[in-house]
Amino acid sequence: MIRTLLAAVAAGGILAAGAAQAQDKIKIGVLATLEGALTTLGEDAIRGMQIAMKQANAKAGGKTIEVVTFPTNASPDSAIRGARKLVEQDKVDILVGPVSGSEGIAIRDYSKTQPQVTFLNGSSGAMETTFVTPSENFFRFNMDGAQWLAGLGKYLVEEKKYKKIAALAEDYSFPYTQLFGLTLEYCQAGGQIVEKFWVPLGTKDFGSIIAKLPDDVDAIYLGLGGGDAVNFFNQYSQAGGKAKLIGGSIMVDQTVLSSKGAAKRLAIGVPSAGPQADVWDDPKWQAWVKLYQESFPPDKRFTSPSLTGTAYYNDFNAVFQVLNAINGDLSDGHKKFRAGLAALELDAPNGKIKLDQNRQAIGTNFITEVVELPNGDLVNKAVKTIPNVSQMLGLDPATRQKIGLPSRTNPECKTSY
Amino acid sequence: MSRFIERHPAWALVAILALAFLLYLVLATWPPGLEEVLGRKRVFLTALINGITLGGLYFLVASGFTLIFGLMRNVNLAHGSLYLLGGYLGYEFANLTGGWVLSLVIAFIIIAALGMVLQFTIFRWMEGQDLRQTLVTIAISIVLADLMLWRWGGDFYQVPSPSWLTGPVQLPLVTAVRSSGEAVYLQYPLVRLIIFAGAVVIGVLMWLALNRTKVGMLVRAGVDDRDMLSATGVRVQLVFLGVFAFGAGLAGFAGVVGGTFQSLQPGEDTKILLASLVVVIVGGMGSIPGAALGALIIGLAEQFGSVYMPTYAVVLTFVIMVLVLAWRPQGLLRGS
Repeated sequence: MIRTLLAAVAAGGILAAGAAQAQDKIKIGVLATLEGALTTLGEDAIRGMQIAMKQANAKAGGKTIEVVTFPTNASPDSAIRGARKLVEQDKVDILVGPVSGSEGIAIRDYSKTQPQVTFLNGSSGAMETTFVTPSENFFRFNMDGAQWLAGLGKYLVEEKKYKKIAALAEDYSFPYTQLFGLTLEYCQAGGQIVEKFWVPLGTKDFGSIIAKLPDDVDAIYLGLGGGDAVNFFNQYSQAGGKAKLIGGSIMVDQTVLSSKGAAKRLAIGVPSAGPQADVWDDPKWQAWVKLYQESFPPDKRFTSPSLTGTAYYNDFNAVFQVLNAINGDLSDGHKKFRAGLAALELDAPNGKIKLDQNRQAIGTNFITEVVELPNGDLVNKAVKTIPNVSQMLGLDPATRQKIGLPSRTNPECKTSY
Repeated sequence: MSRFIERHPAWALVAILALAFLLYLVLATWPPGLEEVLGRKRVFLTALINGITLGGLYFLVASGFTLIFGLMRNVNLAHGSLYLLGGYLGYEFANLTGGWVLSLVIAFIIIAALGMVLQFTIFRWMEGQDLRQTLVTIAISIVLADLMLWRWGGDFYQVPSPSWLTGPVQLPLVTAVRSSGEAVYLQYPLVRLIIFAGAVVIGVLMWLALNRTKVGMLVRAGVDDRDMLSATGVRVQLVFLGVFAFGAGLAGFAGVVGGTFQSLQPGEDTKILLASLVVVIVGGMGSIPGAALGALIIGLAEQFGSVYMPTYAVVLTFVIMVLVLAWRPQGLLRGS
């Protein structure tokens, strides 16, 4: 709310400054979840954006870059409200956001009604956003939720020897998408998913679900995030749970591993996968982590950047690189700018990223395990990287289309599709 | 009780049979046919006890809410913010001193003091103006939520509990019998049992204080007829101040409790406010036994819902609320 006010004041100031300068300025609107359950993710997204802005000195292609932020609360209507305000009132040229899955689908649809604006997805990971009816002016430089688990299925079967697992996940599109990616690979590799449990997003009390989890499986996959993940760990340790755990991409990321309390220690050793790993010996990644740590005091940031922080940093860098190449010229209805984005191969800290024909990222994925640092911090350590992960998930396009979209029951667990 | 049996013999029989069946479900070893219908006994038992303990937490929050409403007709929509603030303060103190019990006391005292300040500086001036009070409490909750976001950020906090409270205990309830004839007992988190015991103790003390003491008499008289009470020479503002402080303090207390076995984060304030609204609507606005019954029903509905019909668990509590509003709009335990 404070931020809304600040944004409003900033917007007022801009209006007062007059339209004469408009030619030398490029306005970028940013949507991030700064309210509600995903607040921590949104805050880190803003950090990523701020670092990229500072690095570029708020200039690209000879133009001054101006950022207007609007808070959302992870609901599609809050994202639409924010996008309308930024596009129709603040008249931004480019919009970066949102953070969360169903917000992304809503913004994709909204982008079709605003062809004069170029949209870059923030970090949202729903598959539909670019897989079904993609929008000409909507670009996504991060992979979707299914791509984020690429490699994990094989790793579980071959390295961890987990042949039979159960899944517990939140009941909305992002966890469906993640489990979709896991199921395809895990079942083709010979694993079995015996039971799936769905809980509402924002579940506080997992006590009864914990009692319902089966004992006769090798491990339990957890597709939770944020406060739900923390609550699960807390109550699972109170209940004396002993099963081996597997994490979805936001189950054991920095938002959860930096929470205050002891329950997160349950996460040590948990395998997971995602578009980045906190500890990876690649020099470019280490430089980014160092930059992140130096940019904010320790109590105002995570131990290392979260995936939303990295995603927004990448988005802004992509925008800046293309703007520099075309001298900031957006006067042709963004034609050159969009062609530049589509052809860009972004050398991001978390691996090379390029776009497919739907303007969807093809990138590098990481298999990780949670380890404890000597100072007690918990981090995700890369154990394996999977390059060139596309939305086809290793299947040929026809088969991939036939399987359809993720849902509670889709896909089934089969050894071949 | 005996009067109820005399007046409604059929309903009493149904209630007694239901109770007996529940006892059977809890104590007996389940035959295979029953397991097919209700799943494993461990799941059922855990859901049952979870529902009761969750009801304990809801009762702590809702009783303060309902007490304030009953006496002052003030729908305090900032109650959830007091809960969250209490939880954060409890976290800070528990982290600083390591004393969990002490942090409960301190959260109670600080939030009670805050409640006094609110009543003395704000609500006193708008007595009987429902709409204005409601809007002002919403404003306060928004201001508090932003202040808390500023101070504690969007992180997730858990109040550190002492080591003797963590981990499970074995309850003397048999969940299954192994083929060797060895009984398997139910493992249950200790912290939840302690919290439930605490809620019961507080509930009983509150009932005693309301029904057996002079101050309680004043409060009850105030609930029935505020104007007559003040006409008899009682300094009614002082009673209001005390009740508001106590109700707010309970919310802060509950915040620490909730922060121990769940977690604290932005948005928790509205969630718990919604839960306590549903609880008092079901139980009856202004009634302490009503808050207890409502909390129990909502807690059980949430837990059984999450186990037996996960897809509709969220709707279940609201269905109950709608049914109660349709049949007994004044709530289950409140005279019309």
